[in-house]
Amino acid sequence: MLDNFKILIHQGKQFIPDITTAEVPGIFRGRPVISNEKVDDDKLVDLCPTNSIAKNPVSIDLGKCTFCGECAFAFPDKIKFTKDYKLSTNFRDGLIVKEGEEKNIILNPDLIRKEISKYFSGSLKLRQVSAGGDNSCELELNACSNVNFDMGRFGIEFVASPRHADGIVITGPISENMAEPLQICYDATPEPKIIILAGTDAISGGVFADSPALNRIFLTQYKIDLYIPGNPIHPLTFINGVLELIRKRK
Amino acid sequence: MNYIDIKNNQCIPLASIPVLEYEIFLEHNTSLLKESQNHCVNYYGFHSDGKIKLICCIANDNDGSIYVSSSHINMNETLLSFTHHHFAFEKFEREMHENFGIKYLNHTWLKPVRFSFDRTNKENTISNYPFYKIDSEELHEVGVGPIHAGVIEPGHFRFICNGEQILHLEIQLGFQHRGIENLFLENKKLLQRVTLAENISGDTVAGHTTAFVNLWESLCNFSADKDLQFTRTLALELERIAIHTGDLSALCTDIAYQLGSVVFGRLRTPVINYFQIWCGNRLAKGLIRPGRNNFPFSKKLNDKLYKLFDEFERDFIEMCEESFSLSTVLARFERTGAVTHQQASSIGTVGMSAKMSAIVRDIRSTHPHDFYSSLNHQPVIKNHGDVYSRVQIREEEIKQSIGYIKKLLKNIPEENKERKNLSSPSLNSFAISLVEGWRGEICHCAVTDEKGELVHYKIKDPSFHNWLALALAVRNNEISDFPVVNKSFNLSYCGHDL
Repeated sequence: MLDNFKILIHQGKQFIPDITTAEVPGIFRGRPVISNEKVDDDKLVDLCPTNSIAKNPVSIDLGKCTFCGECAFAFPDKIKFTKDYKLSTNFRDGLIVKEGEEKNIILNPDLIRKEISKYFSGSLKLRQVSAGGDNSCELELNACSNVNFDMGRFGIEFVASPRHADGIVITGPISENMAEPLQICYDATPEPKIIILAGTDAISGGVFADSPALNRIFLTQYKIDLYIPGNPIHPLTFINGVLELIRKRK
Repeated sequence: MNYIDIKNNQCIPLASIPVLEYEIFLEHNTSLLKESQNHCVNYYGFHSDGKIKLICCIANDNDGSIYVSSSHINMNETLLSFTHHHFAFEKFEREMHENFGIKYLNHTWLKPVRFSFDRTNKENTISNYPFYKIDSEELHEVGVGPIHAGVIEPGHFRFICNGEQILHLEIQLGFQHRGIENLFLENKKLLQRVTLAENISGDTVAGHTTAFVNLWESLCNFSADKDLQFTRTLALELERIAIHTGDLSALCTDIAYQLGSVVFGRLRTPVINYFQIWCGNRLAKGLIRPGRNNFPFSKKLNDKLYKLFDEFERDFIEMCEESFSLSTVLARFERTGAVTHQQASSIGTVGMSAKMSAIVRDIRSTHPHDFYSSLNHQPVIKNHGDVYSRVQIREEEIKQSIGYIKKLLKNIPEENKERKNLSSPSLNSFAISLVEGWRGEICHCAVTDEKGELVHYKIKDPSFHNWLALALAVRNNEISDFPVVNKSFNLSYCGHDL
């Protein structure tokens, strides 16, 4: 017993006091900023492994970006990745960052369904479905609940059954073999239910976008309540995104 | 000669691999496996000139050789199975049956492996999988999945139980199949391919990416500079420490030991955050690239790593000493989920799942690459094959890896600023790369055509062999012990499904 106390004292306090202002250590490839510098656009577009860069104007679609950072290495004056980890939004176009525009990625309050902030602002239980996810987003979603990030303090938790859940979090590009289980899980979740896409693979298919082994029909049928980009998503990105969704009101 | 004898990361002309009559091919490879120092690292087929070319790679753990042989068979030919002679070939032959419709006369059960989108028999779907059944009024079935109760990847587990006791477990995989091997051929840009390698299995980013870049560099006749090799070795060992520590946390969670769960869980954080500091991604995505390095290792990074280990080691040792002296912890770990030496060798296990049952199988010592030959690695071997053996392997490997990293840090290679560009891959060639990831042996193989384009890419994750070890481990255990046994293996779904 005494040993246990000793260990507890040695561990000290591990939680991050303010999750909304915490800083990511070291380097982080968060929201990119694109300058008006003239560069060889075609070369820049061709470089990207997931075709997330477009020209006229030069833009990066964070829903497709795998945050490899190669564009910033090749064109350091054109593209810089900032440490801003607040990357979530509730409309697909909100993920597109254009050249010369330096603004935060935000949720549009008009698009948040009323029942979300009404019912879920103090507590949100989520069922996670790994649909072809490579386990990296899953690892980070688990990390959200550890002693550092401690997402449970906001009443946000992952639960074992869709019957206990208020919504589903999808990771991975949705493989053909997971299409039906995903649908069954969604159908089993009681109304009003929300859908969160976590990670670039879920939002656009990411590096797997053109694979014939996927079946993404599910995503065309329902409204997506939150897009959280990253490969994998950072726990700070996830927690802040979900908090914005349930706390923001019109 | 029945085979060509090559080393890890060697590129050879495809034509230099002997093409054998199927009967000789079978006789040669199955007799190699009668010697305990040999094991099969890969066996696969691909379409070639309207026929199917089979390539079998057997590694010799005594002298670091890989024996490669091949056979050319007609479509729809009925063959005698390798499995009949050695069970380690069971999964490989099932995979070839699924992909190409190859029929085997005396295979145990040719069940689908991953329901690949281009499988031969489209009537085999993931929802009509033929589970093994026992007809009895006393026994009952328990099915779980595919969606896992936690935040984990999907797979379906079907138990046949007698009350609480598990008689049989069958594991159905394939839910995560994303067509990765096919994408390696479709995506022509090198950056796309290395990004794909990073996304094979998110918990083994350093492992799979190192296998890919080593393979690619050998195809391009590029010998990696010391600083590149240093990055890869360091990343592999850091990944091992991070995931093993996280696993110890998860194991404590599954036996309801809260203190161990939170302390090991939080100890993982500084290690993965170190990747963040080094390369901007907690799981090391973006760190390893073929023929170059975006994140040279600096003096500042070196100091930070020393400081990290000073703090980590103190807390880690304290927590291990406490946890593994508790009778309540040991009672759940010891003799739970045991696999015998005989079982583990018959199914060809690799990595931790081999080392737990006294099988000395570790690429770092038998087929070393990068800096491993200078580290003179001695694998951590246990005898009981139970959960506790796997826990001990993790604990000791973490300490061992910290030792290796400290040794590596004493002599950090200078960054080569005048690196040559990678040339194009060799024409009509075959290359193989073996890496000991934290979970075990990873094997990547590639074949190029007359233009140097990839015509076949084959990935084998350690889980491909080891899932069967889990199924054997839970026999005669209580079903309530299943979570802890499963976690003690921590196998990959997406690495298996590809």
